[in-house]
Amino acid sequence: MRISRSATIILGFISSLVLAVIYLPLVIVFINSFNKSMNMEWPPPGFTLNWWVRAFGSGGLIAALGTSVVIALCASLVALVLGTLLALALSRYKFFGKESIGLMVILPIALPGIVTGLALNNAFRTVLGLQLSMATVIIAHATFCIVTVYNNVLARLSRTNRNLEDASADLGAGIFTTFRLITLPQIGSALIAGGLLAFALSFDEIIVTTFTAGAGVETLPIWILNNMFRPGKAPVVDVVAVTTVLISVIPLYFAQKLSRDDAK
Amino acid sequence: MTKNPSVAGAAIAVTPARRVSSYLYNHAKARLQLLLAAPVLWLALVYIAALLMLLVTAFWTVDEFTGNTKVAWNLDNIVSLFTDSLYSSVTLRTIGIALGVTLVDIALALPIAFFMSKVAGPKLRNILAISVLLPLWASYLVKAYAWRSVLSNKGVLQWLLEPLGLNTPGYSLWGAAITLGYMWLPYVILPIYGGLEKVPGNMLEASSDLGAKTFTTVRRVIFPMILPSIIAGSIFAFSLTLGDYITINIVGGPNQMLGNLIYTNVGTANNLPMAAALALIPIAIMFAYLGSVRRTGALNNL
Repeated sequence: MRISRSATIILGFISSLVLAVIYLPLVIVFINSFNKSMNMEWPPPGFTLNWWVRAFGSGGLIAALGTSVVIALCASLVALVLGTLLALALSRYKFFGKESIGLMVILPIALPGIVTGLALNNAFRTVLGLQLSMATVIIAHATFCIVTVYNNVLARLSRTNRNLEDASADLGAGIFTTFRLITLPQIGSALIAGGLLAFALSFDEIIVTTFTAGAGVETLPIWILNNMFRPGKAPVVDVVAVTTVLISVIPLYFAQKLSRDDAK
Repeated sequence: MTKNPSVAGAAIAVTPARRVSSYLYNHAKARLQLLLAAPVLWLALVYIAALLMLLVTAFWTVDEFTGNTKVAWNLDNIVSLFTDSLYSSVTLRTIGIALGVTLVDIALALPIAFFMSKVAGPKLRNILAISVLLPLWASYLVKAYAWRSVLSNKGVLQWLLEPLGLNTPGYSLWGAAITLGYMWLPYVILPIYGGLEKVPGNMLEASSDLGAKTFTTVRRVIFPMILPSIIAGSIFAFSLTLGDYITINIVGGPNQMLGNLIYTNVGTANNLPMAAALALIPIAIMFAYLGSVRRTGALNNL
């Protein structure tokens, strides 16, 4: 199929326009974090570093950052273990109910976040009679993070050579030794990529979090949401927004690079 | 190939771990059960059980004196979904916004995905793929907040539109729809791009060698092949819009979507059974949608 010159130009134009629109709001937030005006005025009347200084001197903000990191770490660890087990099972075996299990893993992200959040809120409070806490957030986050690890590991396993595992067994290695010395190194970078994705997913999550967090638990997204509507807080929220983007985008850039490099 | 690895390595001491290992080596079923046990228990107990309990709770009620959820089976909540005009109008509005957002996102995603996979050279393609991916990972909340700045009365959109005699839509349903469409666009572009990448170039050449014009090739060769990817993208955009309640708070002004009704019933109104009944609407819609597209293979493209 030959694509005519005019079609190429039109497609290129639409693509660059869409990309510009994708980046414009993020650039505006970045610029606004230096904006002298307190209420998002455009064009900025002047620039200041004031908001950055103030943001990093705020105790509540640093505490929220810590909470988010702890939750994201715990949730991704659980997801790493469960996601890997599931990927090994589904890639290596044929069994009854395989499709249902595949559907069960994607359900927590395929259904709207509010459904997941409400279902867990209801289960914790009404059914189990638990107090919402940080642990309930970790359980909720781990549940929807499993799929990212699962997807990454499954994709990798479908490309790995199983002869190596058979050879290892023939040479006398037990299944645990074979897993440690043969399988694990082969799926290592997929685990890192999946883990990083899970971390970022949990770190940014807000909807499920608002339904499962206890009264005293303030993650970074909850902090942003609480402060967004407070008068005079907008510029500090801009600073936090820029920081969150950097914290989640940098590891994800590497996760992406990892999964692409192996694909080659 | 030896059946039992401990026979091959006779020098290895028979430790308990070794015994477990050789037992598992010879029993594929036990191996599978061991792998599946933890994740399936977790998903079934934490998630599926919670979803089922949510269905059940919708048929309970709230004790008027204590404010606690009480097991008293009734259909009141479900009936009010259909009779209360607030619920039906908000539901229709939410579905309308979700449909609009999904269709616009598909319309925008198709040309850019096509450009990326079939027009751009390998180097430009990589740059574009990363450029589309990166903002996907910027926090949802940050993006909604970014649009709050863009749409504000003194914001950049007003500044751009004013010379043209236009005004920013401000914090309204339009503002919310634009923001939601913006947020889910990368989720729609990526699966479609992935689908187009799988369309082999020589198939397109074959089509044109057989006399098909560009449009015919797009319609009869490319479109059927990428339909599952388009559906996969639409699942994201549609489902995410259907359950949203934060974006509409941030850029939607006083307007409400289904998510807001659910949220107020959990929080201020403290009526979990009503919240559960309302949540049945997005669940039913998504299950109907997932069920109807299952055969297209779209779910493998998620």
